[in-house]
Amino acid sequence: MQSSDSRVHEGERLLRLCNACRYCEGFCAVFPAMERRATFSAADVNYLANLCHNCGECYYACPYTPPHEYALNLPKVLAEIRLETYEQSAFPRGFSLIHRGGLVATLLTIAAIAVMFSVARGLGSFASSKAEFYQVIPHEIMVATLGSVFLLAAFAMLVGFLRFWRGAIQAPIEVRPLMNALRDGLRLTNLHGHGAGCPYPNEALSQARRWFHHATFYGFALCFASTCVAAFYHFALGWRAPYPYLSVPVVLGTLGGLGLLIGPIGLYGLRRRRDPALDDLNPRGFGASFIVLLLSASVTGLLLLALRETAAMSWLLIVHLGVVLALFASLPYGKFMHGKFRFAALLRNASEQSRDQ
Amino acid sequence: MSFPVYDVLVAGGGNAAMCAAVSAREAGASVVVAECAPRHLRAGNSRHARNFRCMHVAPNSVLTDAYPEDEYFKDLLQVTGGNTNEELARLAIRSSPECFAWMTQHGVRFQPSLTGTLHLGRTNAFFLGGGKALVNKYYAIAERLGIRVLYNAEVTTLRMDDGRFESATVSLDGAPVEIRAKAFVAASGGFEANIEWLRQAWGDAAKNFIIRGTPYNRGKVLRLLLDHGAGQIGDPSQCHAIALDARAPKFDGGIVTRLDTVPLGIVVNRNGERFYDEGEDLWPKRYAIWGRLIAQQPTQIAYSIVDAKTADKVMPSAFPALQAGTIRELAALLKLPPDALVRTVEEFNRRVVEGSFDHTRLDNCHTRGLATEKTHWALKLDAPPFFGYPLRPGITFTYLGVRVNHAGQVLFESRPSPNVFAAGEIMAGNILGKGYLAGIGMTIGTVFGRIAGEGAARAIQ
Repeated sequence: MQSSDSRVHEGERLLRLCNACRYCEGFCAVFPAMERRATFSAADVNYLANLCHNCGECYYACPYTPPHEYALNLPKVLAEIRLETYEQSAFPRGFSLIHRGGLVATLLTIAAIAVMFSVARGLGSFASSKAEFYQVIPHEIMVATLGSVFLLAAFAMLVGFLRFWRGAIQAPIEVRPLMNALRDGLRLTNLHGHGAGCPYPNEALSQARRWFHHATFYGFALCFASTCVAAFYHFALGWRAPYPYLSVPVVLGTLGGLGLLIGPIGLYGLRRRRDPALDDLNPRGFGASFIVLLLSASVTGLLLLALRETAAMSWLLIVHLGVVLALFASLPYGKFMHGKFRFAALLRNASEQSRDQ
Repeated sequence: MSFPVYDVLVAGGGNAAMCAAVSAREAGASVVVAECAPRHLRAGNSRHARNFRCMHVAPNSVLTDAYPEDEYFKDLLQVTGGNTNEELARLAIRSSPECFAWMTQHGVRFQPSLTGTLHLGRTNAFFLGGGKALVNKYYAIAERLGIRVLYNAEVTTLRMDDGRFESATVSLDGAPVEIRAKAFVAASGGFEANIEWLRQAWGDAAKNFIIRGTPYNRGKVLRLLLDHGAGQIGDPSQCHAIALDARAPKFDGGIVTRLDTVPLGIVVNRNGERFYDEGEDLWPKRYAIWGRLIAQQPTQIAYSIVDAKTADKVMPSAFPALQAGTIRELAALLKLPPDALVRTVEEFNRRVVEGSFDHTRLDNCHTRGLATEKTHWALKLDAPPFFGYPLRPGITFTYLGVRVNHAGQVLFESRPSPNVFAAGEIMAGNILGKGYLAGIGMTIGTVFGRIAGEGAARAIQ
């Protein structure tokens, strides 16, 4: 994996300036990690770019931001390099949504819904008011479509992750650093700002982004857990959906859905108000498309739950499954990958930290 | 744009100015701040500051051990050679712990001393993110408190009557406006960015100086106050001048342009000749004499040369070193006369007396038999690649200022003005008549900023 030379070169120039200054070293993990080296290879630059959580604190503190001659805008340049690592690592390479996220995600969603619709239509039990889930789309077909797309996506993500790992991380995998990296990722330690939060979306410090991200991440995790439990019920216990409102899969899914409602709306709202000096980081809907897909999945899922006894169920089920299908298909190529790369960078950081001690 | 009569007009926009503005506002005064820089370059040299020297009797969140008043004062006496006003100096020192508390209350965040500055961990409290982050905080508070901040606002005339301030003409975005106020705080720095003024003391050499900080410290308000008869303090010909990377921008290059390689190798002038003992003392104690030394060399330039043995013993530099496999090739890169440089290095190498090298203390590696000896850390320059850095004098600040009393009032013929106060670099010469003590500029600015602001708020009643 190689990011374009000019951008890595620019990253190197900035890191060199930062390394001679070091005023920001108390902000986050990026600066102490930078200080561990005197020169920066392309791999180092890609690693540090993915270690950056893009809070903007160093930008506001920096006396050298444009129009200063040094034109130092570290979070912005690191964000650009980070995007390149997403693009360069994507498998297959040309599939990255960096430059056309919004459009592709929209088309993908429409296509996925259309697929679901024709599947249901072909089976003929569509739109009957008393229909059950599996009369609209039989379970085997649901599993076959979503499952195969998910497996393909998982494979593509694995290849993408390994490409990134080879080009930027290559850290040893040891227990303690792994635990530390997990902690830093799950708690978003680097957005904590020593309790004061981050200057996001603008200079005033706030914990909003961290909390909305938690809602999104843990919402996603709960939905995933819900699906796993439901699969267990179905295959191991032979219990068929729909499950009661107070059953484990529905409670997990509902909580997760709420998280995926609040989180993405909050994150999107914050990003809209982001300081323009640090914006345009996710060009043409790269980040937004992921947020919108997550939100669509939660909205349609919750509506489906609320209206599953009514005639709207069939339609909602098709739309919901279509959205989830599109979400799965886009995972390896969109903003979803940032979590894997960030975690890998946190792991390398934790591993270097453990060697310092 | 219309201007009511304000209670307090503050000239300047750095740490001292904002401490004064916030203190005056919190004491009930209406405040307007005239900062001559645009918003993105606001805050003068405070943008480049990083810590605050703070007396303390016990460890706190960031400071280790203790730093009692007498030790602090002794350090100050040492760097100034006694050129200090003990009453004001002790006032600044004694007030520093209270300032630390005041800053913390106002949301200023500190951090343990930065990597490479462990020697300051006991005495200096570092601002999280540095001086710009500190001042950003004060500007945010100012906005919340309803302090009016004018950018691109340079005070061009002061109307005064017998040491009493009446009004100021401010060039606001280039158009003159009259601002009346009941009290005036001068917190607008020194004149180090005024090359013409520096020339008066340094002659043509001044045109080759690099100004480490803001281009806006042109000494306008200082000049106006002195012209109105304010008492003068500090040697007008003196400035704090260090050696820095000659590739630095003319202004505002900041901390990143400093170079720490001098004691590890040799320094030559443009004739390829050494001119001073590079190993006289530890670098933190010597960096501030090298500005003057280089200013005295032809065309005010010098070159620090080290080899592969020691190049990695310093903090990385902002600009990469020029690098070559032989001294002759390095001379070509640095545009130095090759024969002269080779001769200098060969002669130096011949005179090195081997010892056990330790760059962290005064070791026993020295030369014997040179016209200009190197008394510590003398190692042969014989391990390629060789690294060269061009050096120029870099001006940090000037010492000339206005005389003040313990209440921050400017003295006019030894009489304190009823409503003119001064804080920060413009009056730092009262305490720091010579030399420099890391972080004391911010201490003076914060202590006297608060005194001036509170005094100004009292003066209007």
